[in-house]
Amino acid sequence: MLEIRNLHVKIADEDKVILNGLNLKVRKGEIAAIMGPNGSGKSTLSYVIAGKQDYEVTAGEILLDGVDILTMEPDERAAAGLFLAFQYPMEIPGVATMTFLKAAMNAQRKQRGEVELTTPEFIRRVNTAADLLGIPKDMLRRPLNVGFSGGEKKRMEILQMTLLEPKMSIMDETDSGLDIDALKIVAEGVNARRDPEHAFLVITHYQRLLDYIKPDTVHVMSRGQIVKTGGPELALELEANGYRDYQSAA
Amino acid sequence: MNAKVTLMRSAAETALIDRFPAVRARLPGLPVERELAHAKIAASGLPTRRVEAWKYTDLRSAMREAAPLADRPNAAETALALKGHSPLAGRGVVTVSFVNGHHVGADGVVPSGVSVVSLAEALTVGHPLLSRIGTLQLASGDVAMSLNTAFMTDGAIIHVARHVDVAGPIALRFVTAGPTAVATAARVLMVVEEGAKVTLVESHEGQGALAHQPNTVVEIIAADDAAVHHVRVGLNSAGAVALSTLTADLGARSSLTSVNVALTGAVTRHQVFARFSGGDARAQINGATLLSGAQHADSTLVVEHAAEPGGESRELFRTIIDDEAAGVFQGKIIVQPHAQKTDGRMASNAVLLSDGAAMYNKPELEIFADDVACAHGATCGALDDELLFYLMSRGISKAEAEALMIESFVGASIDFIDDEPIRDILHGLVKDWLQARAARLDAGKVV
Repeated sequence: MLEIRNLHVKIADEDKVILNGLNLKVRKGEIAAIMGPNGSGKSTLSYVIAGKQDYEVTAGEILLDGVDILTMEPDERAAAGLFLAFQYPMEIPGVATMTFLKAAMNAQRKQRGEVELTTPEFIRRVNTAADLLGIPKDMLRRPLNVGFSGGEKKRMEILQMTLLEPKMSIMDETDSGLDIDALKIVAEGVNARRDPEHAFLVITHYQRLLDYIKPDTVHVMSRGQIVKTGGPELALELEANGYRDYQSAA
Repeated sequence: MNAKVTLMRSAAETALIDRFPAVRARLPGLPVERELAHAKIAASGLPTRRVEAWKYTDLRSAMREAAPLADRPNAAETALALKGHSPLAGRGVVTVSFVNGHHVGADGVVPSGVSVVSLAEALTVGHPLLSRIGTLQLASGDVAMSLNTAFMTDGAIIHVARHVDVAGPIALRFVTAGPTAVATAARVLMVVEEGAKVTLVESHEGQGALAHQPNTVVEIIAADDAAVHHVRVGLNSAGAVALSTLTADLGARSSLTSVNVALTGAVTRHQVFARFSGGDARAQINGATLLSGAQHADSTLVVEHAAEPGGESRELFRTIIDDEAAGVFQGKIIVQPHAQKTDGRMASNAVLLSDGAAMYNKPELEIFADDVACAHGATCGALDDELLFYLMSRGISKAEAEALMIESFVGASIDFIDDEPIRDILHGLVKDWLQARAARLDAGKVV
């Protein structure tokens, strides 16, 4: 599903190298977790996959279903089936959440050459997903993320993921700032989409999230590279020993 | 060495000054006030950028010619002028229309507790509220006010009786029209008595590209505990050099919310003079301006806190500037020595969409009291890249994401309007502007 080969990335207009020959494969149907200390390049990786402008890819490839997405704009990547749940979702004052959701859903459909959703169908889909995630209706009428708590913002990210139906979802520290109830709801949102057709890359600092979203694979990231790959037991080991063993490995 | 610089009078100045004696006889009422106003213009001329209050809007060079003062339109001209689409059509429980500065009638029903008379009629019958026209000292030195006072042709006096909660908006429609450019001078006074609540909406309309010169003044006097909502939409003719002024004299515990949406006109200036005459009044004064081409739009406001407790003033001006257009914000909060506990906050934020766009921000605080909280902020920049990325990561195209962000940016100012249908209309006008921008982008006129 997602294959990253020898990815080298630096901050645009600066010499600072963040990703340093990173290799990663996420198979169809797989939930892969990336764990790593602060500053290891986890968030940069998620931004580069999604197409943020602030970075310069100096070498390497990112393939989504065999297609190199590096030349695509962020909106084209989204239409190709990629979704990034942000660590810090943005607020958009003055734009009702419903308006935003409709714009996003129809923009992707348009890019894929599909017809726009009818309003009743759109509302039905939003209501179904919102009920599943425990999102009250009045939140959907409010401007997107404005005045929402950290947990509400994350739930809104999961709602977007559910409605946009990506094949490849990246969760960038979705667990940060969440209490345990919100964490469970977010995890349920991911688990509800877990099937042989969808893949997830779950970026997290702590093992806690992985109690609720059981990964198939765990990768350890340090200094812009994947330095170790293993099964779920690797996350437990990290929780017990910390990242000390990997800080100097890269 | 002190050298006194005397500017030669421009053609427009000469025409304006010489016009007064010629038209004075046919202008209704208030002869002394008119003479005084004319004397001020004769002494000062039109302001250039040397005049601090007009530093960024050089009226003298913008108004090269003085368009002739429009005559009262006949029935056919009136019907033609009113035929055009009015953005706030049907929103007022009563809509009072002015064509070229002349009151031409009202549609709808004047709500109970409200009276509306044309200024011309008020002057003829010696209306008791005439003495309250032009009483706000804060605005008395202003050139646009003086020009309006000298030449005001007509207008209206609106009275809202004590404790009346007016059922729906009172709408004022100012249309400038005709085969050639004209100057207009309409004047409206609205006195809102104690505890009354009212919404006043104004639309300023002009079709085509003619360089009309409308100059409208709306004065609001809000007595103690009165609440006034005010909305203004500026859709002048594309070539217009348009001046408009709102004055507000606020009694104790009264409140004013005013939102101005400025869209068209070559050179436009909307001024607000608000005085907190009574203690503990509140005002929220907002602007949403969207500019393209070579437009120049100026929002100037002076807020004076002159009573104790000084009350609360909030100003939020949002400006979007594309192409080679220029925006101006001048905002001054004055806190008089006794106006303790004043809480004033003023913000002007501009987004420049092109390299040729310009914004001039001049926020000022003049504080003479020691127990106050006052702040101002002015920002100027491009659209937020982080937000653009967020929207695009959801599949929204760059053009559509920018449009959403612009709508959101100016929407923050517009959303202070309580009346939902009116708010929707204003959002619709913003969408129209964005569609026109998208068309320009598609046509490749903007890179």
